Amino acid sequence: MDCNDCRTPPGPRREDLLPASAERSVKVVVVGGFGVGKTTMVGSVSEIRPLTTEETMTQAGVGVDDLSGVERKTETTVAMDFGRITLDERLVLYLFGTPGQQRFWFLWNGVIAGALGAVVLVDTRRLEESFPAMDRLEQGGVPFVVAADNFPGAPVHPARELRSALDLPGHVPVVDCDARRSDSSRDVLLTLMHHLHDSATATREVL
Amino acid sequence: MSGDGRAAGEGDWEEGTPVPLYIVTGGRTEAGEERVLDLVTLIVARSEPQPGMRPEHVSILRMCTGPLSVAELSAYLDLPFSAVQVLLADLVGDCLVEARQTRAAHTAAADPDVEILKALIDGLQRL
Repeated sequence: MDCNDCRTPPGPRREDLLPASAERSVKVVVVGGFGVGKTTMVGSVSEIRPLTTEETMTQAGVGVDDLSGVERKTETTVAMDFGRITLDERLVLYLFGTPGQQRFWFLWNGVIAGALGAVVLVDTRRLEESFPAMDRLEQGGVPFVVAADNFPGAPVHPARELRSALDLPGHVPVVDCDARRSDSSRDVLLTLMHHLHDSATATREVL
Repeated sequence: MSGDGRAAGEGDWEEGTPVPLYIVTGGRTEAGEERVLDLVTLIVARSEPQPGMRPEHVSILRMCTGPLSVAELSAYLDLPFSAVQVLLADLVGDCLVEARQTRAAHTAAADPDVEILKALIDGLQRL
């Protein structure tokens, strides 16, 4: 209880308040490597200025000298930027930018559990960086779409080439996007929702 | 370290599951299914702050006069998600806040119904 507690917490601005009737919330994860544009995408479609939530994990140090008998602990803090879109009086969508690298996977349990789906944001100059994240999403049963962020100067891959380079099954949508533009980021989310909708109705028909 | 037992359970999280799941029961679960607070669970205050409350609880009750997600609370309070979960578990347990859209403790991806997906598509198309 230090002086931090004496301050009046900032809290949401008046214009950032949700409708009192909001009762359903869904979570979409934007996964990608460092510098790929996760935060940019979250920020371009969010109705609020992106916020940051942190998680800290204490773990036994890796590579500790066995002979020492002393366990060192390391503390890792990871920040996730997130944004929000109010869809109607009841329904709110949250978008979490989540680091895709393996060393951040301790975060994933809390983020992908219950997630509606994910956007895998890929940098076409570093395609291989997205493989582990896509594997992990598949294992977790989280449906995803792949969005290639169009960086200036990045090679333009037609979706077909990208699909084969990423070894993606035919049902996973692949789209181009410009994460800086809200309409483009919105279209990526729409692609994900249509994909989920199609899968849900297809499953029902089979049943 | 051991022996006095006073600090048991404090500061010794080292399990493989890094985000501890704080189970929210409050005596209101259905069919015995464990529900937990998600990052996107919406919290609404059901009480005014009371004298003698922890400052963090007071802050939460003040901020949640309308619905606010756990993630937003974490950001505004500048506290990790797991810490906010603990604070909220107390408040939910005492029925001082309402938690909308908790999720099942053991779940992988969401299994949304078609109605929700349609609402999401409609809403995004209106943007």
